[in-house]
Amino acid sequence: MKIFVCLKEVPSLEEALRLKEQHGGEVTLLSIGPSRTEKVLRKGLAMGADRAVLVVDEDRATNSPFSLATILATLLKQESFDLVLAGTQSDDAGYGQTAIMLAGLLDIPHASLVMKIEADPSKGTLRFLHEMESGRFQWLRLPLPALLGIQAGSSPIRYVSLKGIMQAKKKEIRRTNIGELGVDLSGTPSLEIQRLHLPKIERKAVVFEGDTETTVDQLVRQLHEEERAL
Amino acid sequence: MFQKVLVLIDHSEGRVPQVSLECCSLARRLTSKTNGKVNAVVLGSSLDGIRAAVEHLPVDRISFADDPLLEKYTPGAYVEALEQLITEDGPDVVLMGHTYQNMDLSPRLAARIRRALVTDCVAIREDEDPPVFVHPMFHGKLNADIRVRSPKPWLVTIQSGAFGGRTDERGTPEIEARTVHIDSDAIHREFLEEVSVTADRVDLTKAEIIVGVGRGVRNEENLSLIKDLASALGAEIGASRPIVDNGWLERDRQIGSSGQTVSPKLYFAIGISGAIQHIVGIRNSGCIVAINSDPNAPIFNVAAYGIVGDMAKVVPLLTEKIRQLKTG
Repeated sequence: MKIFVCLKEVPSLEEALRLKEQHGGEVTLLSIGPSRTEKVLRKGLAMGADRAVLVVDEDRATNSPFSLATILATLLKQESFDLVLAGTQSDDAGYGQTAIMLAGLLDIPHASLVMKIEADPSKGTLRFLHEMESGRFQWLRLPLPALLGIQAGSSPIRYVSLKGIMQAKKKEIRRTNIGELGVDLSGTPSLEIQRLHLPKIERKAVVFEGDTETTVDQLVRQLHEEERAL
Repeated sequence: MFQKVLVLIDHSEGRVPQVSLECCSLARRLTSKTNGKVNAVVLGSSLDGIRAAVEHLPVDRISFADDPLLEKYTPGAYVEALEQLITEDGPDVVLMGHTYQNMDLSPRLAARIRRALVTDCVAIREDEDPPVFVHPMFHGKLNADIRVRSPKPWLVTIQSGAFGGRTDERGTPEIEARTVHIDSDAIHREFLEEVSVTADRVDLTKAEIIVGVGRGVRNEENLSLIKDLASALGAEIGASRPIVDNGWLERDRQIGSSGQTVSPKLYFAIGISGAIQHIVGIRNSGCIVAINSDPNAPIFNVAAYGIVGDMAKVVPLLTEKIRQLKTG
């Protein structure tokens, strides 16, 4: 199975490596970012990925989900793949859009919040468990190629071994860029961040002051006499 | 500012979640200056059961797209149906709740119609030109003011509870049935099995008092202090996600976006920092009491009362005082 892992996501890399161990194949890391991203990719290679592709964008000029998805879609169309694994939401912008948009642009099926994957490469399908609203889960089957968004915490993440670090030095990181890929981003819908600010905090709570004895006393009295909740 | 707003109504087992009502209320606000129109759409199969829950929504029109292929949510069929409704109606904005389903649906819809999407929106300043959408970043530590560069419609998913709004508002919308054409090849998903970990679950939704416990409990031993408090109060025990992921409590006690939504008269949040995923599950509680060692924990922004301190010291004393109170 040819698996691509998107966006420096460690939980999705772990799932990719598990699938490779069971079914063979190749795991490729995929990222867009400045040259220093190579460090992160090198760590992923040390964990066991076979190769990496970095779309170099030194000043992170491209940060809208639609543009990122367009770049990744262009790149993946030039490669051959069975499965794309991504995360759910980035820790910084937290849009939670790029991976699913990518599936849309590639016109392949997708699912998100995936907890467990069982592949059946001979039939060209995947069976997986994913999380739904309100503590419900669902087993689904999708044909390959497909994209899955992995829920963090699904499997324990492996450690990087010394042997892995040594091997990673010899592995290929392909560097490319938006121009070389021939991506045209003009007219792509984008989100422009005007400014970042601290959320307005409305501190609602009456916080009782004093030693533990005093605060607990005050709380119980308040709940009993004022709120009539006890 | 906005002439036409389309709202996607979520529903499950004949019920409409609060956040969909908030979307309707927000849509009213966004169209109030232009005297614009709000159209709510309901997708599904055999929709008669949902009619009563939506026929008095404060919108101008409700469109039912009833099709066997929409019985269960699939991104393929839902995108096809919404693309058609959007093309026919030409809204300026499409609003939907920031639910798991719509987090999965909206990016795919945006890719299909090639329009921008703002997710998890917590505020809109519609009077600015162009309008500003506020989206939390870095796990809610910062908010970003975002301007959308895209032809309309703009797609927006709304954080539950962020807009408040009057959800008891009623209207007398025009009701229509809409036909959508869905290609069954667009549905790649084969449904195998649904697993509810909460099948014979502890139903926290009916509890009068709940003691909620989070990561701040630190170790499994301290859980016994929580159990003592709950027993003194005659309360149920609930938990935030990390406690359940650690296996310290069963998953059917999880409260929040991936667990139950509760509304007890009294909720104790003990060692719960107040991540938004938990807050959405407790927001409708009558009175929230927070006990946390971090004075800056966001839980104090939603709680009515708070004690800053070590739960291992505060909780036993609280249990004792409550026992004294009950025995007179």
